[in-house]
Amino acid sequence: MDLSAISPTLLVASLMVASTPILLASIGELVVEKSGVLNLGVEGMMIVGAICGFAAAVLTGSPMIGFLCAALGGAAISLIFAVLTQYFLSNQVATGLALTLFGLGLSALLGQSYVGIKPPTTYKLDLPLISDIPILGPILFSHDFTVYAALSLVAGVWWFLKYTRSGLILRAVGESHDAAHALGYKVVRVRVMSIMFGGACAGLGGAALSLVRVPQWTEGMTAGSGWIALAIVVFASWKPERILLGAYLFGGVAVLQLNLQAAGVSIPVEYLSMSPYLITIIVLVAMSANRAKSALNAPAALSRVFHASR
Amino acid sequence: MLRLEKRPSPSRTWAYLAPVLAVIATMIGGGVMFALLGKDPFEAIRIIFYDPLFSEFAWYYRPQLLIKGAPLILIAIGLSMGFRAGIWNIGAEGQYIIGALFGAGFALALYPTESPFIFPSMIVLGALGGFLWAMIPAVLKTKFGTNEILVSLMLVYVAEQLLASMSLGLMKNPEGFGFPGSRNLQQYASAHNAELWVGSGVHMGVVFALMAIIFAYVMLARHQLGFHIRLTGESPKAARFAGVNPNRLIIFCLGCSGALAGLAGMFEIAGPSGQVNIDFNVGYGFTAIIVAFLGRLNPFGIMLAGLLMALTYIGGEIAQSSLGLPSAAIQAFQGMLLFFLLAVDLLTNFKIKWAKAEAIV
Repeated sequence: MDLSAISPTLLVASLMVASTPILLASIGELVVEKSGVLNLGVEGMMIVGAICGFAAAVLTGSPMIGFLCAALGGAAISLIFAVLTQYFLSNQVATGLALTLFGLGLSALLGQSYVGIKPPTTYKLDLPLISDIPILGPILFSHDFTVYAALSLVAGVWWFLKYTRSGLILRAVGESHDAAHALGYKVVRVRVMSIMFGGACAGLGGAALSLVRVPQWTEGMTAGSGWIALAIVVFASWKPERILLGAYLFGGVAVLQLNLQAAGVSIPVEYLSMSPYLITIIVLVAMSANRAKSALNAPAALSRVFHASR
Repeated sequence: MLRLEKRPSPSRTWAYLAPVLAVIATMIGGGVMFALLGKDPFEAIRIIFYDPLFSEFAWYYRPQLLIKGAPLILIAIGLSMGFRAGIWNIGAEGQYIIGALFGAGFALALYPTESPFIFPSMIVLGALGGFLWAMIPAVLKTKFGTNEILVSLMLVYVAEQLLASMSLGLMKNPEGFGFPGSRNLQQYASAHNAELWVGSGVHMGVVFALMAIIFAYVMLARHQLGFHIRLTGESPKAARFAGVNPNRLIIFCLGCSGALAGLAGMFEIAGPSGQVNIDFNVGYGFTAIIVAFLGRLNPFGIMLAGLLMALTYIGGEIAQSSLGLPSAAIQAFQGMLLFFLLAVDLLTNFKIKWAKAEAIV
């Protein structure tokens, strides 16, 4: 065992890359939940995005088109959820599960001929001089563009929810759909748009996984990232700035356990691989232990069905 | 303009019709999907739904129906009780694995002792394993209010890693020439969950599935506990006023579904599967969610839905070999079924009315 082989600088740099997929997925889900909808299909949307992005990038040779198709794919499949929950008034928990099961099947189907292929390399920031600054260079200035895109998306969502009128309407819809409806806001339209934004973000997250992080396509490759993204939204108490903290925490655990595996720690690999899931559970417990506070933060109309009788 | 009007109480007719309509819609939707894959849709649907029952090789497939249906029904019966009360156990797959590990671990520890007590003890341990694994989300939910959906699901991934660790380490066959996987329990008479009649497909798991259906039916229809479950699902507030203890209900529903999923896993590993191995679990725990909904959370409905879903598994396998249909197609097909069911269910709770443009008073 040689722990000195783990370099802290590289650890921080790689945790930023490792947490990008869940960061993208969870910031999307945050917007969905803020509008009062609980979409448990993140895992399904992510994996559909992963294969759509992968296939498009391989076919066109352009990672950018890949990411675009991933967002479109995620949004398209989330539209099924939107129609079922918003127009057919179905149970959101059941529909979200259906979306995950369907997405896993569909992605495996689409991805059959893409197993074992290498995708085109995603553009990486490499500024002469600046990227070579010790410590800061590798951490801040030498990532592929998804890392920066995800960070700006978090900032954008934070600004949108806090400072824009549309953000205020979205939050109002999530707190009390009846009141928002009475004020003349289109509850269903706001929610459908939020769900599709969440789908697009999850799709991007999936593509960040299949095009940058791994980069390869394997069946079921998201391996619970979508569910961890859902847990991060709870961890973040529905606050965009804390999503960043949550995602980096989980990315850190994932990278650290991989590094420990590589360093040959005497703990069996399987037990190290469990750690991200166990940490998720521990964090969920810690967050929910303070009941009064956690209930206060959740959008009041979360997962309630809206049916305007008049 | 089409308008939706809420029914005062759910329509009984539509409650029965909805699953049938959903299956028909899925056949059409699935046919379109198969056509897009470049297969003849009519042939594919015939192979999936008709051939396992009536083709010349049906004698081989019919017992498979029971073998694949039993675990689905066992798990779905357990899940349905929680789903009725709004308690979402999504981690049946994990409880299934742990039940199997408990049962198989006990048998492997005693190998090669032969005794009539081994198999019954495995049954008890299998149920216990699933129960204990389900108690983790249950206790966290009752003590801290932690979301049981996320916790039970995370535990599936933990259980999968445990399974991998066991099949590569502790439970590995010492005479297996270094290959992963345990001894085959089918070759260990005292632990083998053999068919009760050769060639019938009926093993102890099928018997337990039947018992579970009857017990669940009696409990839901006749017992106070069943009444409390239904009451909590329909109106949590009314249930609290009626003196229902929500925490006890959470422990009961999660514990019950965990124990049944553990049983299903144990019967599978001691019988059809035979071996502790990485690819032991094939997603029954997740498919059972679809079975529970398709069966309207009703025990007898679940029996029919479980057999139907087993049919799609078998038909899917046949289509895989004869049509070259990818195995993932059947998974997408099952997901589609749940979508259609949820959509058609609108008609159970709402009336669709053709509303004339009304003058605003």
